[in-house]
Amino acid sequence: MTTSIKKLPDFEQVLSGNGACGGCPSTMALRIVGKALGPNAIMLLTPSCAVASMGMTPKLAYNWPCINVTFATAGSSASGITHALEIMKEKGRLQGELPTVFSWVGDGGTYDIGFQALSAAAERNDNMIHFCYNNEAYSNTGVQRSGATPRGSFTTTTPTGKRQPKKNMTRLMLEHNIPYVATATVAYPGDLYDKVIKAKSIPGMKYIEILAPCYLGWQFDMPETVKMSRMAVRSGAWLLWEAENGRISFNSPSSLIISGKREAEPVNEYVMRQGRFTRLFKSAAAESRIAEMQADIDCEIAFMRERAKITT
Amino acid sequence: MKTAQVIMDTGAHAAALAVKSARVDVVPGYPITPQTSIMEAVAAMVENGELHARFIPVEGEHSAMAAAVAASAAGARVFTATSANGLLYMHEVLHMASGGRLPVVMCNVNRGIFAPWTLWADHQDSFAQRDTGWIQYHCSSNQEVYNTILQAFRVAEQINIPVMVNFDGFAISHCLMPLTLPAQEDIDRFLPPYEPGWRLDPAHPSSFSNVTNAAEYAPFREMLSGDILASISLVKQAAQEYKEITGMWDGDTIDTYLLEDAEVVAFAVNSMAAELRLSIDILREQGIKAGLLRPRLYLPFPTEDIINAIPQNAQIMVLDRNYNFGHPGGILASELKSVLFGRRNDLTVKNRVVGIGGIDLTRRFMAEEILSMMEE
Repeated sequence: MTTSIKKLPDFEQVLSGNGACGGCPSTMALRIVGKALGPNAIMLLTPSCAVASMGMTPKLAYNWPCINVTFATAGSSASGITHALEIMKEKGRLQGELPTVFSWVGDGGTYDIGFQALSAAAERNDNMIHFCYNNEAYSNTGVQRSGATPRGSFTTTTPTGKRQPKKNMTRLMLEHNIPYVATATVAYPGDLYDKVIKAKSIPGMKYIEILAPCYLGWQFDMPETVKMSRMAVRSGAWLLWEAENGRISFNSPSSLIISGKREAEPVNEYVMRQGRFTRLFKSAAAESRIAEMQADIDCEIAFMRERAKITT
Repeated sequence: MKTAQVIMDTGAHAAALAVKSARVDVVPGYPITPQTSIMEAVAAMVENGELHARFIPVEGEHSAMAAAVAASAAGARVFTATSANGLLYMHEVLHMASGGRLPVVMCNVNRGIFAPWTLWADHQDSFAQRDTGWIQYHCSSNQEVYNTILQAFRVAEQINIPVMVNFDGFAISHCLMPLTLPAQEDIDRFLPPYEPGWRLDPAHPSSFSNVTNAAEYAPFREMLSGDILASISLVKQAAQEYKEITGMWDGDTIDTYLLEDAEVVAFAVNSMAAELRLSIDILREQGIKAGLLRPRLYLPFPTEDIINAIPQNAQIMVLDRNYNFGHPGGILASELKSVLFGRRNDLTVKNRVVGIGGIDLTRRFMAEEILSMMEE
């Protein structure tokens, strides 16, 4: 059973008074993650909204020791910390339970500039949790395309809508053969909470990607973050799943879509609410561009349905 | 002083032995010629239990420095090594180490930079990192490499500034020379365990390298600049105490040879400066009052020690194994002229760029260079 939102711990690791936008999905997700991780953790960040909104020196809105590392190096920096802690414990310089080392990084720091270091940390199976809060663009610098930007989306560097499909990062991480990979999103807080609790207990590399609908980049109304997150899942544009040692299982409601018990909602309803796609609807090629987006979703559902049957 | 052990060893392996003597905790590493042998030796020592440390086989030098910085922030004693383009690839993170005041120690085994491709030594790589806020030593023998790494850890941890220990690829890294290894007990006396003043600790949540306003940023930078200059006294103290404990001396900020009465002063770093001693002998045999001044320390530039050491009215022959692009000649000459200006107007500075890409610098060749510079 998924933990109910009412049963999440009362304590807060994200303190009040940070600089995030109203309705920020990253802060919302981090709040839930904090309840699962607790205070005994060390946080790494790369340049992103999460750094820009954490408070100015010397103030800090996150109740962990936080280190902002260079953009490309979440993976290798977390490796450095986790190995340092382990050897210091072996040598008797640290006592008690070692802190969880986790990175809180956007899609740029994960899919693009951070991919090499993350891939290598995964291949080494170093002990950390890498969270990617994926808002599908470089929102912090004013919404430019990233490798996570879906086909058709407008950004300041894709003024007529992105032509290429997004990189499939969760599948790439799955194929690194690491102990745990999971997807989550803010509309399903209990699902996210449970996945973090699980990841925390598994040694080695864990990757959790959280779809983070950003009102600024996606161009919807600020109070609709959770609604957009839910629509992404119901349309199948975002699938909730987890893989323990390569064994994939789907989480509700994506499990219903995968098993065919529930139809995915048509992509139109999901994309119509987002300004980043609306230009497409005004173009002559609207129908074919939307068909492309629907095909990307259908293809992913079909692929994951079959991929889950392969266990190693 | 306990009984020391004397062996024959390469410079690269001497560096690895210094890492072991320093009881380093974490070594992230990535192979690049001619540095690779250091990483191989460290990896082997960790694997066979000779060194109780973690070796992190990262996927590139940018990540090597990132892992080093982060491990240091977590409170560990950290070492890494690189060469040439590997050092350039680290550049961004070098700034993070110094700006973050993290006492990482790194060997850079000097090698020319591509393009075009070269494997052999020159000093473009380390000098190109002048403005990264690192302390830089340059060594001229295998023994000095070993000794300097231990001194580097001590200085770095006293003032929280990273230190780069440079030495030439192949001439030092791959050549066998006698190496004296002091007893571990003596090393431990010289280099106490690392106790960081601050580290990433959940008991004390605090941010590292958070966003600053100019009002906070500017004082951080000013402190770094001031402390790099102030490290000169720690460098001297480290050399002195190392001598008292081990009996070994490579110079402190500078090393000199027959300098006191010299009318012609050769000025150079690294292995070519060791060879230059022999060139000085050749010149002395010809009746020329020649001497040598070798800066061991490139950064902070040992201004006062140089100004005080050079005899009146000397001609200084700077042999640069690098280019100062956009200026005639090399980087060392520019640095030297800038500190002499207005303070030692009695001196003449002449400059040649030699030995680029590993061109062999023999004693005869350099003696002839100096003779021809005297005629300029």
